[in-house]
Amino acid sequence: MEQLIQQLVNGVSLGSIYALIALGYTMVYGIINLINFAHGDIYMIGAYIGFALTTFLHLGFFPALILSMLLTSMLGMVIEKVAYKPIRKSTRIAALITAISVSLFLEYGMMYFVKPETRTFPEVLPNKQISIFNTSAVLDIKNIYILVVTITLMLILQYVIYKTKVGKAMRAVSLDSDAAQLMGIDINKTISYTFAIGSALAGAAGVLVGSYYNSINPLMGVVPGLKAFVAAVIGGIGVIPGAVLGGFFLGFTETLVSAFGGSLYKDAVAFAVLILVLLIKPKGLLGRNIREKV
Amino acid sequence: MLELQNLNVFYGAIHALRDVSLKINEGEIVTLIGANGAGKTTTLRTISGIEKAQSGKLLYNGKELNSVSASEIVKLGICHVPEGRRVFSTMSVFENLEMGAYTRNDKVQIKKDMEHVFSLFPRLLERKNQMAGTLSGGEQQMLAIGRALLSKPKLLLLDEPSMGLAPLVVKEIFSIIKDINKDGTTILLVEQNANMALQCADRAYIIKNGEIDMEGNAQALLNDESVKNAYLGG
Repeated sequence: MEQLIQQLVNGVSLGSIYALIALGYTMVYGIINLINFAHGDIYMIGAYIGFALTTFLHLGFFPALILSMLLTSMLGMVIEKVAYKPIRKSTRIAALITAISVSLFLEYGMMYFVKPETRTFPEVLPNKQISIFNTSAVLDIKNIYILVVTITLMLILQYVIYKTKVGKAMRAVSLDSDAAQLMGIDINKTISYTFAIGSALAGAAGVLVGSYYNSINPLMGVVPGLKAFVAAVIGGIGVIPGAVLGGFFLGFTETLVSAFGGSLYKDAVAFAVLILVLLIKPKGLLGRNIREKV
Repeated sequence: MLELQNLNVFYGAIHALRDVSLKINEGEIVTLIGANGAGKTTTLRTISGIEKAQSGKLLYNGKELNSVSASEIVKLGICHVPEGRRVFSTMSVFENLEMGAYTRNDKVQIKKDMEHVFSLFPRLLERKNQMAGTLSGGEQQMLAIGRALLSKPKLLLLDEPSMGLAPLVVKEIFSIIKDINKDGTTILLVEQNANMALQCADRAYIIKNGEIDMEGNAQALLNDESVKNAYLGG
């Protein structure tokens, strides 16, 4: 029982991280139909930026988080301009290969600059643990930070997408980019903003993970990036609430598998769940089946 | 107001428009009719900047539009209602209209224009908060036109507004098109329903295999034997 509660707490944190990264995947896919495989690496770079800011500049958690989000959003826009924009009209396979190349470039580029070894994140969050219901299961204050930051960011995202002009333009472009263009919406700018927002969320996830697990390395983005992609697909790629649902769903699934003693198999289970979901609902849990009226 | 001079447009190796020249004067309703695949939609897409012409000139009030981006063209006062309506299906009617006003920042005036659109299309007001994808075909066409009007166009390009609609609804749409024109908006109407289009328009161009085949007064074309045989069902 205690084990279960403990793993549920962990599931919330893990799910938050997956959800944050998955949001970027799904937003970019929604708008240009590209699986941005470099997205997990933006998360890694976010963690490194957070590391540099807290270690060398001795910034606190929140300033580091916000600055890291700003810098990763710029990185996202640059990547889009340099790597993806020139091939926007070419085949999807070309775009996919480019995304993989960008991913490898970021991983091994970072390895060159920051060295391959694991770095220890300084303790930027209070190290306090609360026992839950007088059991030996503990709630780390850091878990609360992760959850609160994630929920806050999601609420802000929700506001941006549904209430602001930029957000509405993003939705319009993702629904029908030609029609959006005919309304005078600048497609290039809108795509750029989408990358900025998605990358900022990944950067935030990087800082959260760095300060939670205290260790980061240049390849830390590979597996969570892949898992977040799985989460986005499970929820229904291109659908924003789907990414959040998929993220938490995957987070809980993995930690529950661990709770029942199968931690060795948690990755296998994650992918098995993906296959299962795709067999039953090919468009994902919240995926929309597009029906057109003519 | 708008002048196309010897415009040539290619899709890869396909020569879609061949030396197309046409002219629209301020205040007119001009219709461009022709068979499927003749180049009607391509003409509109070129005017609104989505396709680019390889050669020839596109002049709008004396300004060359050839290298102006689609979003800038909307700001200059040309708005294109695409074929098949293309409303943003999972956005509400209201949000669709807001997207129409995307290039504008004058909130007070936008609100007034919104009310004007609702007075033209009362049914849109009833369905203001409904998802656009749940509207009927006729309502979607009204939304598409209303959305375009919110960009405050001086020239409105309409691509097949009658497509897939019941005859009664088609009549309604055409009468609204005339009203919009009376309010001072110049209209270029692309139609397969040549009969309706010629009755509504001042002048007409007939396009065939990417080339302008005939042009003239709409009424005269309506009575022309060869046009009757080819486009008006004998």
